[in-house]
Amino acid sequence: MELLTVLLATDVTGYGIAALAAGVAALGAGVGIGQIGNGAMQAMARQPEAINDLRANMILMAALVEGAAFFAMVIGLLVIFTI
Amino acid sequence: MLHRLVVSFFLFIATLYSFPALAGSPIEETGEEKKFQPGDMIMHHILDAHDWHILDWKGHAVSIPLPIILFHEGAGLKVFMSSKFNHGHSAYMGYKLDHGNIVAINDDGSKNELETKKIWDFSITKNVFSLFLSISILLIVFIGISNKYKKYKNQAPSGAQSLLEPIVIFVRDDIAKSAIGEKDYQKYLPFLLTVFFFIFLNNLLGLVPFFPGGANLTGNIAVPMVMAAMVFIITTLSGKKYYWQHIFAMPGVPKPVLLILTPIEIFGVFLKPLVLMIRLFANITAGHIIILSFFSMIFIFGEMHPLAGYGVSVFSGLFVLFMMVLELLVAFLQAYVFTLLAAMYFGMAVEEH
Repeated sequence: MELLTVLLATDVTGYGIAALAAGVAALGAGVGIGQIGNGAMQAMARQPEAINDLRANMILMAALVEGAAFFAMVIGLLVIFTI
Repeated sequence: MLHRLVVSFFLFIATLYSFPALAGSPIEETGEEKKFQPGDMIMHHILDAHDWHILDWKGHAVSIPLPIILFHEGAGLKVFMSSKFNHGHSAYMGYKLDHGNIVAINDDGSKNELETKKIWDFSITKNVFSLFLSISILLIVFIGISNKYKKYKNQAPSGAQSLLEPIVIFVRDDIAKSAIGEKDYQKYLPFLLTVFFFIFLNNLLGLVPFFPGGANLTGNIAVPMVMAAMVFIITTLSGKKYYWQHIFAMPGVPKPVLLILTPIEIFGVFLKPLVLMIRLFANITAGHIIILSFFSMIFIFGEMHPLAGYGVSVFSGLFVLFMMVLELLVAFLQAYVFTLLAAMYFGMAVEEH
């Protein structure tokens, strides 16, 4: 509760909430890419011959998941620069 | 011995990227109490500008002036160098720089809203100059290579050919052929290759800290917007009956579900290129902002105490080195993801059952 009051009190235009949104975006990206890494590590352990294919696909998936996290970051930027 | 020398030379070059950019903090030089504003410094490096700012020397800004080309409705074409604006301190010919934008002013110096709306700004700004530079590099390199291929047919590749041929084959086989299929990929290959190398080169140039580089072109939302628009146009124009049927009336789906599904699919047709644009823009801009923030930490701590600044600069330098290497990977990866997704959209458009 106090965290929310502090965030709302720091700046009239709600920059604190925008910062919180960016933080949650990082959280989402971390969880998503962690899951991808988890699956990739297990697959690599089961089948070491496929490591090269798995690595390429893992990096590709990570880029796509990061794209989703960046939407929240862009919303944060929009809040700061247009409101 | 030579191998070790070469490797250590390249590692040394890599560490040079971590030296702080000369973003001059004007605290002690000018004598005024101007606190370091990290937000302003970061925005200055991210955004477009009418002159190319190199460094601040003793409080005075050193920059390369670029041409300003304005079309003022009713007053005609105006062309002059941006040095006339004296880094935003003076007005010229009824125009003034207001936070980087060109505005028309009244005789007393205030902004003339009505006239400002009539100005069309076609200036060669920092981003436009960088765009021309990267286009020239691409044209020179690739036309040179293709001439070499034509001249020395059926010979082993050498020089720039051996650097770029594996990448071109990678785009052709792993992206175009696998996504579009053997039959039609040749039609789309020029566009995919152009997009891939254009994005890759601009991302890399944006990371270089000194003059011809560092212009953050792919971080300017207009450039990814245009490329995404081209992907949208090509997908729409090459859509076959199978493609449109799957969007408007997906076969094998009961009518009530179709009521929900068709608007979603139509929305998706516009959303997919939009997402391409935002993904590229946000990735590159976010990378630049992170690197600049690490540099800002040096100046923020330096304001508290010079020794704190020196101490932080070591760790900041190491973080920046790590982020720069990551950004190299991101530069390639974003080009690859953009091209791959564009190829997949083309593949879905020309797919036949």
